[in-house]
Amino acid sequence: MREAFPLKMRDYIIRRLLLLIPVLMGISMVTFTLSHMIGDPVAAYLPGGAVERIREQQIQQIIKAHHLDEPIYMQYWYYVNDIMRGDWGISRSDHDRPVVVSIQNYFPATFELTLVAIVVSLLMGIPMGIISATKKDKPADHATRLFSLTGISIPIFWFALLLQYTFFYQLKINKLPYLPLEGRVDDFVMISHPLKTVTGFYILDSIITGNWPVLISSLSHIILPGFALAYATLALITRMMRSSMLEVLRQDYITLAKSKGLSERVVIYKHALKNAMIPTVTVTGIAFGGLLAGAVLTETVFAWPGMGRWATGAILTDDIGAIMGFTLLIAVVYIVANLIVDLIYAALDPRIKLG
Amino acid sequence: MAELKSPLRMKSGISKWREDMAPRVRELRFTIYLLRQSPLVVAGFILMFAFIAMAIFAPWIAPYGPEERIWEAKLQPPSSQHIFGTDESGGDIFSRIIWASQLDLAIAVTVVVTAMAIGSAMGAASGYLGGKIDEVMMRITDIFLAFPALILAMTIAAALGRNLTNLTIALIVVWWPAYARLIRGQVLSEREKLYVEAARAVGAPTRRIIFRHVLPNSIYPLLVNATLDLGGVILTAAGLSFIGFGAGAGIAEWGRMIADGRNYLFQSPWMATFPGLAILLSALAMNLVGDGLRDVLDPRLRR
Amino acid sequence: MSIRNLSTYFYTYAGVVKALDGVDLEIYKGETLGLVGETGCGKSVTALSIMQLVPNPPGRIVGGQILLEGEDLLKKSEEEMRKIRGAKISMVFQDPMTYINPVLTIGDQVSEVILLHQDLRKEVLSMKIEELQRKLDGVDPASGTARDFKSKIEELEKKKIDPPKPSKSEVKKAALKKTIETLKLVRMPYPERVVKQYPHELSGGMRQRAMIAMALSCGPSLLIADEATTALDVTIQAQILQLLNELKKEIGASILIITHDLGIVAEMCDRVGVMYAGVVVEYTGTKALFRKPLHPYTQGLLRSIPKLHKEMERLEIIPGSVPNLIYPPSGCRFHPRCPYVMEICKKERPSMFEPEEGHFVACYLYGRRGD
Repeated sequence: MREAFPLKMRDYIIRRLLLLIPVLMGISMVTFTLSHMIGDPVAAYLPGGAVERIREQQIQQIIKAHHLDEPIYMQYWYYVNDIMRGDWGISRSDHDRPVVVSIQNYFPATFELTLVAIVVSLLMGIPMGIISATKKDKPADHATRLFSLTGISIPIFWFALLLQYTFFYQLKINKLPYLPLEGRVDDFVMISHPLKTVTGFYILDSIITGNWPVLISSLSHIILPGFALAYATLALITRMMRSSMLEVLRQDYITLAKSKGLSERVVIYKHALKNAMIPTVTVTGIAFGGLLAGAVLTETVFAWPGMGRWATGAILTDDIGAIMGFTLLIAVVYIVANLIVDLIYAALDPRIKLG
Repeated sequence: MAELKSPLRMKSGISKWREDMAPRVRELRFTIYLLRQSPLVVAGFILMFAFIAMAIFAPWIAPYGPEERIWEAKLQPPSSQHIFGTDESGGDIFSRIIWASQLDLAIAVTVVVTAMAIGSAMGAASGYLGGKIDEVMMRITDIFLAFPALILAMTIAAALGRNLTNLTIALIVVWWPAYARLIRGQVLSEREKLYVEAARAVGAPTRRIIFRHVLPNSIYPLLVNATLDLGGVILTAAGLSFIGFGAGAGIAEWGRMIADGRNYLFQSPWMATFPGLAILLSALAMNLVGDGLRDVLDPRLRR
Repeated sequence: MSIRNLSTYFYTYAGVVKALDGVDLEIYKGETLGLVGETGCGKSVTALSIMQLVPNPPGRIVGGQILLEGEDLLKKSEEEMRKIRGAKISMVFQDPMTYINPVLTIGDQVSEVILLHQDLRKEVLSMKIEELQRKLDGVDPASGTARDFKSKIEELEKKKIDPPKPSKSEVKKAALKKTIETLKLVRMPYPERVVKQYPHELSGGMRQRAMIAMALSCGPSLLIADEATTALDVTIQAQILQLLNELKKEIGASILIITHDLGIVAEMCDRVGVMYAGVVVEYTGTKALFRKPLHPYTQGLLRSIPKLHKEMERLEIIPGSVPNLIYPPSGCRFHPRCPYVMEICKKERPSMFEPEEGHFVACYLYGRRGD
């Protein structure tokens, strides 16, 4: 009888989460240090734009309130405390909202985009890699390799612009149906059919609440940025799948499988695939970092209201609160993603002893 | 012990060196032969050399100077006078792309070489010394590797100030941990090998062991990674410049040019198209070469 | 099975490797044939050629015939071969660690052969009848329920001639039952548990039994054991060999044992073929081979085995080394190393002569060209 989460797995998860703590501390130190190098700490707490007209008294107030006159390590201590309590500061670049609120607003948008990108990458990348490997050196293989080589060499932001030019501008001036230029959803549609927020994911929410106009609009808006973001990861997964598939097909157990009289299909999809997926899954975890970086660029081009755009704006305007906030968040997300990847890895390969 | 009078005189200096090098030269020739097998790899090398040549010979190739502006000729589509057209202030895009290659390639090479040097030194020290130092180094690299490259570079570049020099520094800081990890791994695995035991038994000092034995064997993965990273740095640097973290307005840098071109994307698409192609082709070249090297230098696939 | 003039070449970068160059063998029904030779002489290639599993980019079977029950296997299509592999002819390989898929359970890997080649309809039906019979036994024979069961059993018995198509899960259960039976056949300890386990959880000997189970599950006519015990400890080796001997009688299959160990040949084989550099050089009954080896190579091999009962000053060797199969020696492939070499040996390859009944040698010492 199998349990849903065997004991070893549970212990493993707990252990990994505990190990996170020193790394998180290190990260918080890094973000703390960096943010203090950027701009004036006092200015960070001033409502946007009031830098010129403040009075000495106000400066003193701010310094006292945020412990800016105390030694650095004390400031770090207060910082860590605040984080734990949920006070991640104020985002000056985002209308002085608390950082936590900004995250709540922008994270779902980025997550939705990233999720679409991952799904597309896996759904297209794995089959493409398999085909490329099983039809090695034939035209299908060469075409796929060219496609994926381009994918890892192409600048995402340029590709995004290219997509906009082709699927928005060219289609539009030629009187053909075209895809939206930017944004997450059509504002008019949102206003006339207001969306009830359940998860913060427009696509999911619109399905749940049966809001078809918003669903269509969201879907059409996510196509171009989703694909722009996905291309590089798709290419990476295809390449990885191809090389690990080739490696697996050379193994002895494949010869045994053939000697049983199993058909080509069964040999590939039952015997080879599971083994070949293992390194691919690992690569996906690493690729996730690239997705986050790519999200920054994609969101800028498509004016997607997500973390990437917020982060860029924050850095460009020295919004310290925001910078510390999202840096910490991104690092956490990345680490959690890697943990998930490790778990999937263990689920695929029975040889991994999680102890 | 009787005096050994060898009938042959001991080979001196150069001829001995040539003899020592002979097996290495043979390996090199075989490597080049293998590389020539794949047309894609050959294309990659040609592209790579083309870009390098473009950067070196820029002053002689570019029809117009980097800062040349002909206001009357602004926003012109590609023509015989301006092969790739002109931008919003009348600069010839073709020339600017060539001038920009100097900048982008210089940044890429600087970052990779420096990161490799720093990373290798740290990694070798960490791997060889082991113990607490190694643990600390691992945690440090963990922290750096926990951030996606672009985002970390963004933050550092912002902290230091937004210009090209700081961009380069930021990229070096982002890229060195990977090399440290790589070299450390190599040192650890080589350390277990018997010839190191042998060298130690003869009394060779640590430094000598690392330099003469460990590093030469690490050259292959190092070379492959360095080549692939050249492409990666070009892409990241361009991306950062695009958002506004590197080259300031008007500077001839590929990413910057695309950002400028974005404002005129629909009316004058050539402004953004060609610099992007330059990035694509140079990164492609690096990836092709890196891939080719990796396939060829893999000891299992040779023979 | 008759193998006639089988040739398999590998087209590599460095040249054409003539791995098999005219191999002749006969395997009779129910006998155990041994195929011995040094590493690289072509024994494994012969096995792969029989199964037509020679890796295709470099290798190809270029000539000859492989006759099984009158049909030439080399003329069969891939589809037809797939029906034969695992069912009529099956193979056990050398290293159970690398030859069993690490991510699938043992049960899965044995069942898949059964599911592929066997029509389990009757089996499913029998299982259903058994189930009902068991229920019948547990119930008062006079009751109405008993009558129900009895009539259901009668109904099912009638269907035995043309059993209905069972559902997927029923087939799986039947396959599982047969899998456990097969595992019991190879004397696997705790077969019900092993079925759910993964290869890395088993010992080397158990893994090898699992591979044998996979090969025997569908009752093949020919079992090929390619160095099946080479990777095992000596004690486990002995167990596996004993198992094979017992199974030989129980199943009645012919076995082709490929090995470089003459000891195994002595213990297990009725007849032996000796291979050298891609050709069979001697071929006869085991006792005859050991008592009176005819080919100089065989003689050299037997001489080089250190003997416990004799005092020896130094170990005997066969001078020279195995030839390069891209440029094999002209004529008889052994001639550069042969102490009895004659002019004709360098010019033409000897065909198989039969100096004594049932004892075949490819050597000009025992015949002339044209005999």
